[in-house]
Amino acid sequence: MDHLDALEAESIHVLREAFAKLDKLAVLWSLGKDSNVVLWLVRKAFFGHVPLPVMHVDTGKKFKQMYDFRERYSREWNLKLIVEPCPPIEQMDPTLPPAARSAARKTAGLNAALAKHGFQGLIAGIRRDEEGTRAKERYFSPRGIDNRWNLKDQPPEFWNQYMTSFPPGTHVRVHPLLHWGEIDIWRYSQREGIPLIDLYFAKDGKRYRSLGDEDITFPVASNAATLDEIITELETTKVAERSGRAMDHEAEDAFERLRAEGYL
Amino acid sequence: MARPSNRTSLRIVIVGHVDHGKSTLVGRLFHDTGSLPEGKFEAIKAMSERRGMPFEWAFLMDALQAERDQGITIDTAQIQFKTEKRDYVIIDAPGHKEFLKNMVTGAASSEAALLLIDAAEGVQEQSRRHGYLLHLLGVKQVAVLVNKMDLVDYSADRFGAVAQEYRDYLHDLGVTPNCFVPISARSGDNIIELSRKMPWYQGRTVLGALDDFEPGAQPVELPLRLPVQDVYKFDERRIIAGRIEAGSLKVGDEVLFSPSNKTATVKSIETWRVPNPPADASAGMSVGITLTEQIFVERGEVVSHVKDAPIESNVFRARLFWLGQAPLLPGNRYTLKLNTSETEVTVQSIDKVIDTSDLSSAAADRVERNAVAEVVLRARGLLALDEHHRCAATGRFVLVEDFQPVGGGIISMEGYPDQRALVTRRATNLTAVGHRVSAAARSLRNGHKGGVMWFTGLSGAGKSTLALALEERLFAKGYHVYVLDGDNVRGGLNANLGFSPEDRAENIRRVGEVAALFSDAGFLVISSFISPYRSDRERARAAAPEAFHEIHIKASLAACEERDPKGLYRKARTGEIREFTGISSPYEEPGAPDLVVRTDLLAVEECLSELVTYVERKFAPDL
Ligand SMILES: Nc1nc2c(ncn2[C@@H]2O[C@H](COP(=O)(O)OP(=O)(O)OP(=O)(O)O)[C@@H](O)[C@H]2O)c(=O)[nH]1
Ligand SMILES: [Mg+2]
Repeated sequence: MDHLDALEAESIHVLREAFAKLDKLAVLWSLGKDSNVVLWLVRKAFFGHVPLPVMHVDTGKKFKQMYDFRERYSREWNLKLIVEPCPPIEQMDPTLPPAARSAARKTAGLNAALAKHGFQGLIAGIRRDEEGTRAKERYFSPRGIDNRWNLKDQPPEFWNQYMTSFPPGTHVRVHPLLHWGEIDIWRYSQREGIPLIDLYFAKDGKRYRSLGDEDITFPVASNAATLDEIITELETTKVAERSGRAMDHEAEDAFERLRAEGYL
Repeated sequence: MARPSNRTSLRIVIVGHVDHGKSTLVGRLFHDTGSLPEGKFEAIKAMSERRGMPFEWAFLMDALQAERDQGITIDTAQIQFKTEKRDYVIIDAPGHKEFLKNMVTGAASSEAALLLIDAAEGVQEQSRRHGYLLHLLGVKQVAVLVNKMDLVDYSADRFGAVAQEYRDYLHDLGVTPNCFVPISARSGDNIIELSRKMPWYQGRTVLGALDDFEPGAQPVELPLRLPVQDVYKFDERRIIAGRIEAGSLKVGDEVLFSPSNKTATVKSIETWRVPNPPADASAGMSVGITLTEQIFVERGEVVSHVKDAPIESNVFRARLFWLGQAPLLPGNRYTLKLNTSETEVTVQSIDKVIDTSDLSSAAADRVERNAVAEVVLRARGLLALDEHHRCAATGRFVLVEDFQPVGGGIISMEGYPDQRALVTRRATNLTAVGHRVSAAARSLRNGHKGGVMWFTGLSGAGKSTLALALEERLFAKGYHVYVLDGDNVRGGLNANLGFSPEDRAENIRRVGEVAALFSDAGFLVISSFISPYRSDRERARAAAPEAFHEIHIKASLAACEERDPKGLYRKARTGEIREFTGISSPYEEPGAPDLVVRTDLLAVEECLSELVTYVERKFAPDL
């Protein structure tokens, strides 16, 4: 087994645990590179099938290419797609800095969708290497009443035994990609031929490394126009992946607060 | 082409007493090897200034506000790192006793550890406890870093004294550390190159110690262990899914399921989007297999080969670490998570509690939080398990109480037998004991032999009609006769079974066993089940080999569908009923039935007289 095989086997194990133990389970699909890998791994884990709903919590502010991608692949991959909206920005806490306020919409949309569908488990494609609080995440991360993450008192998780039962009124986030790195995502997408939105590939000296809402995500300077070039770029770059995400930089604790409230 | 990445990552945990400099070391290591992302150094500087403190390297890993404000690591964090030699995952664990559960979370998956000891403070409580837990968690490679050498004037003597004390401790545990390195994490001494401040030390740097660790190999040489995670029936395949924890398997292998003790043959290894389906698989892989036989298996069982199977027992000894808020007490019940099974266990006894500071042990009536103890746990049913020293992955478990993991432990069977042999022997004994009343004596008194008329055929072929009519006819003739019919049995004996393929197989297996018992008791049993699978009927025959008569109640599918007495075919055609035999799931015709009754060609009365003639011929007592 090589490195990618090992990453894949671990993710499949996590997905199968979630599927075996959680009755109402959905995969979150942000249309980005990570959640496309998650969907791919779901199909690997379940031998070509996607036996659970796929939910896109839609801010309504995504790039057009992302919506096109959603339409095309939800059909091609035969997904049970659920699209849930986010509330208008005016309803969000006005004391938040602009990008954080915008991100809060997504949390509110997610929480509303949770309440509507009664999901016990949400599969999300976050990775430890993206940012400091994610580096502390569990594969199975319990969320309390109000969907809050108690990041100061997480349950222990060891020997591949995950917390798969929860008090009523709470849910769990399942993170099958936690141990992957950004470059692994690209190498795996290349190896498996996973489709990707073309915004990731450089045009006129710029490309997106991470895709969020159109108004708060910015491209980075890059000439990497192919998968090979992206991988080569990532082998040497020192620029953080989320440097183009405005909300990560507004205040030292901005992102931690967002995540404690339920942001991915 | 971009360079393919087949460098696997080595997982390193950083442990030691609170404040001994673990997170600082990680920050410094990243900086000195040029691994910090752009702008991170400046960001850490700003964070430190905002808090009015000197530059704090620990802020790279201590990402939570509470951690930064209090200068303490609360939860384990993982970060990727690479050297010329290989890739690493660095796992920074907290040192405070309060967060031992998080230290365990980080350490349990590691292949090697860096254990830090503050040169000024010397060996402390958690230095020892962490060393002990590494050993218990199975982390075999350790390098000991004596940190903050700047606070002891880079004294060789002080380094020697601290190193000696800890070496002795590890020695008593049976652990030999890879090396001892004197460092100053904050000022970067002996991290990536040898420091001029300690010319007396010419050993490894931290980076050298890292590169000296050996990657852990998957246990492919051990006996096969594949805990079943799930059984899928998304399409025509029935796939048993799980991750191989040890050993390997290949297509054609005869495998054993434990604790149910069933055997089957591996028909295929299933994949998705792999050009050539593999013929074998080994430890570390998440796989799916299909079997040649339809046997009832479920999540929680362990697949092995028949030889070198796991132990079966309902009681075992464990060395455990306790993380629960409330103490562990004898008689308490917990949920045991072992491989993919979950079972309730009771604490039968606490044999001793181990003091990790001096490794002494003493009898105790309770195990307090963060303590290590030896206990005996008992379950109601049999568990499939291994001794930890033989197979780590299937020889350890987690205890859960009120949705929280409260402890973990490793299994030893010292003083307890493997019960697999016992179970098997007991079954043999039942036959061996025998009855004082012989089959011949029974048939003489009854006027006929006992036996099973096993009716098989499509829904609507006339099995029930003929079974009930035959029962009535034979009863009138003085036979001890009884019909076992689908719906009746499902109301009681098989009330816990549904209609999945595995449940159907189990339904038939039980009916076969019951029919065999009736037959043994001298009865003539008429069983009336579709029983579509050959392998199921063969198993039923095996339960009463001499007395079993396979009767094919035969009508064409078209005729059955035309009759459709319960309207089931119509529902199957519209998809309202799924997996309906003959329509959406197979009916395997008998290869060599003892009798075929063509209900689509003969009238009921004619069928009946064929059956009565058959019974009279076959069930007459031997004179
Ligand atoms: N003088 C000196 N101070 C150090 C050195 N290494 C770390 N420190 C200081 O020791 C304090 C604790 O360091 P941390 O890295 O947070 O310790 P830790 O082991 O990660 O602590 P926990 O994770 O909370 O257990 C900080 O103030 C560091 O600056 C060193 O080599 N010399
Ligand atoms: Mg720390």
